[in-house]
This record gives sequence, structure tokens and C-alpha cells, in this order.
Amino acid sequence: MAGTGLFLCFFLVIHLLGNLQLLLPAAEAKEQFNWYSHLLAGNLFIKIVSWVLLLSIIAHAVYALIITRKSNKANGTKYAYDKRGASSTWNSRNMGLLGTVILVFLVIHLKDFWYVSDFTTMNLDKQGNKDMYSVVVLTFHEWWYVLIYEISFIALGFHLLHGFFSAARTLGIYHPKYVNLVRYTGWVYTAFITGGFMLIPIYLYFNN
Amino acid sequence: MKIYLKIWRQDSLATAGEMVVYQLDEVSSDMSFLEMLDLLNESLIQKSERVIEFDHDCREGICGQCGVMINGRAHGPLAHTTTCQLHMRSFKDGDTIHIEPFRAAAFPVVRDLKINRHSLDKIIQSGGFISASSGEAPEANGLLISHPVAEAAFDAGSCIGCGACVATCKNSSADLFTSAKITQFALLPQGNIERTERVLAMVDQMDAEGFGHCTNTEACEVECPQEISVLHIARMNYEYSKALLLKRN
Repeated sequence: MAGTGLFLCFFLVIHLLGNLQLLLPAAEAKEQFNWYSHLLAGNLFIKIVSWVLLLSIIAHAVYALIITRKSNKANGTKYAYDKRGASSTWNSRNMGLLGTVILVFLVIHLKDFWYVSDFTTMNLDKQGNKDMYSVVVLTFHEWWYVLIYEISFIALGFHLLHGFFSAARTLGIYHPKYVNLVRYTGWVYTAFITGGFMLIPIYLYFNN
Repeated sequence: MKIYLKIWRQDSLATAGEMVVYQLDEVSSDMSFLEMLDLLNESLIQKSERVIEFDHDCREGICGQCGVMINGRAHGPLAHTTTCQLHMRSFKDGDTIHIEPFRAAAFPVVRDLKINRHSLDKIIQSGGFISASSGEAPEANGLLISHPVAEAAFDAGSCIGCGACVATCKNSSADLFTSAKITQFALLPQGNIERTERVLAMVDQMDAEGFGHCTNTEACEVECPQEISVLHIARMNYEYSKALLLKRN
């Protein structure tokens, strides 16, 4: 979980940095973002990374299912009266639920952009690049679509809040000084990723 | 004060159990929680009913024998307390108290609130001892151990093996228990020699006993009577990965 999780964490940073180009003024953003999409689509290295990414997501989910099954078996009889929730955070206990929300979101998200860019014929912009920018802007034209994305990002945020530091523990960082460093880094990382991704659909909705 | 009780009754592992309602009218707030159960058992004896069986030994908070779920929390509402060190002053007149055994597949119920924690003993047996015959006790200053290391080993070694960490874990993981034992032995020079084999054997035994995975919810540390730190779990993960990487066969 830790290995695939941290790889996906790293990917989110790259993904967000690329997406921040959408916040530029419309004409500039269109040119810049379509050029960037074209760059990614034409690169063999990026192609390989994207397949590794897909495999990581699947491995992360499958392994989660395996350990959940093992834990369910280990639990035995259920408590008749259970208040154990008071001793841990809600998100740390519901990583599976949050992960499922993110997985459903990913299916929608890949259909919206990956499927459209790779498997359909698209309009070209003035430079002759596929006009991904207009696809993105059109997608976030509907308020309920923005809402789906925002809810998914909130789920992602809570998932990362626990996942980031939990991964470090699994990998064996036990020195108190670095444990705290990881925890604070996790907070900053989560705020940056969640805030950044949440900002983009809202910005596009109100500016187009 | 008047206390209403809902207590898990189960004849044996083979039979189904259920929560049974009892009432005690004259509970003193000075009583310990276990004395309150003693009082209930006396009233059951007078009515010629089978007493409620529960684990207990020293009643001083140091043996790790007692332990039940009280109102849905391991060892009850107080932080870092064993069941025997909980007193009835923590409850109010007219309260209903739910009492259940610690639950995990690796902790089968023997009867009522009494469970079999032999699975924890087996983890210890799998590697938690020093196999070299040490003969007579050596001169105490012959083996130098710095004060911080001695303290850290003692912090880990203070685990009393009550099983509250397993009972409170959503995955029924025994990582806190196992990691405390591994750390205690790994830190001291006597245990250091066999640290590689030990961590592999103990973690494998923990899995074989049917405990679940740790997902770092940190609930175990919150409920632990000895405040064993969850950082021991991270240390165990480090020791385990290193041992896996370095083992020769």
C-alpha cells in the first residue's frame, strides 16, 4: 500500500502542476494547455509512466481488498456495543470508503479526458494541437459536474491526510523528529493538492 | 448508587452468546469496577445462578490479566487504565454499563468475559527470548547500556500483554504488542545478537495466529494502559524490512 500510494502521491504533484496552466487567462491557457497535452500525448516515456500509473492504481485497490478481507476474518464476532470510534480519526478508519469514492471518480475522470483525447476525433486549435482546453472548460460548465469533482477532491484530501503519514510508518520511519516532519509535510502536501485541484473547476466555472 | 448492567454471557465457544441485563442497587462509588462485578456474582450465587466469569489477577494494574470492553471502549472510559484500576466513581447513578469480552478471532471466548490470549504467548515463544544459556548472572557493570537506551527498552518492555490494542483495533492487529516486544529485545545488547531472526519469526507467527494488518489508525496507543507508543510499530516495520533484505536464505 505504501509503495503504490507514495508513487500515486508523487504523480498527483506533477498532475496538479500541469493543471495549474488552466488558471492562466483564457487565450493564453488554451494555447499553453493544448501544447502541454500534445507534448504528453506524443512522449513514449509518458506513455510508459501512464501504464505504470494505471497498474499502481489497480494494485493499490486490489491489495486494499486483500487486507480488508484479512482484517474482517481477524475481527471475528462483532461487538454488540461499539464506541471504539472515539479513539481514532474518522478518515483513518474509512480509507476503504474514501478510496472507493476516489476510484469511482477516476472512472468518470478517465472517461471525461483520457478517453476523449485518446479515442475520439477532436477539434484542433490554431497551432494544430488537439483542443483539450475547450473540452475541460465545457466539462466544468455544468454546476453538478463541478460538484462531483469537488466532492471527490474532499474524499481525496481525507484519504491523503491519513495515507501520507501512514505510508511513512509502514516504510519504517520511527525516529520521533522525522515522524513529526513527515506529519507536517503530509498536512502541507494535502492542503496543496486538495486546494489546488478544488480551485481549478470552480475557477473555470465562474470564468467561462 | 444504582447501576444497570448489560453483560455478555456465553457458556462456551461452541454455544451462542447474548447480552443479559442485570441490576445492582447498592454500588459504592469507591468500589473498583471488578469489585462491582464481584458484588454482582455474590448476588448470583445467592440465587444459585452461574457466576459471570472474567479474567483478573493482581488488581493492581500491572499483570495484564484483566480486560473487558466497557461501554464500547477497551478497559472503559478512562485513558491508559486497566479494567481493575477503573472505579465506579467514573459512572453516575442510574447509568447502564455494557460489558463485553475483548473480541478478535485470535482471542476465542472461553466463557462469558473470559478469553484465551494464548496467541500472544505464541508470538513471544516464536522468538521473544534469548536462546544462549547465560549461566550465572554476570557482573552488572560488565555490559554497558546507556541510560537513554535502558529507558527506551523499558518503555517497550512495560507492555503487560493485556490485548486491549488488539481489541480496540478495527483490523484486530497485534502490531503494537509484537512491536513492543521486538523493540525491547532489539535495543538491548543481549537481544541484539538475534534481532534479525527474531523479528522475522515473531511477525510470521503474528500472521499465523490470524491477527489483522496494521493501518496506522493509532487507536491502540490511545487505549493502551502502558501508553506503548505506536512508533514501535514503525520500528518493527523497519526491522522487518531490513531483516528480509539481509537474510541469507
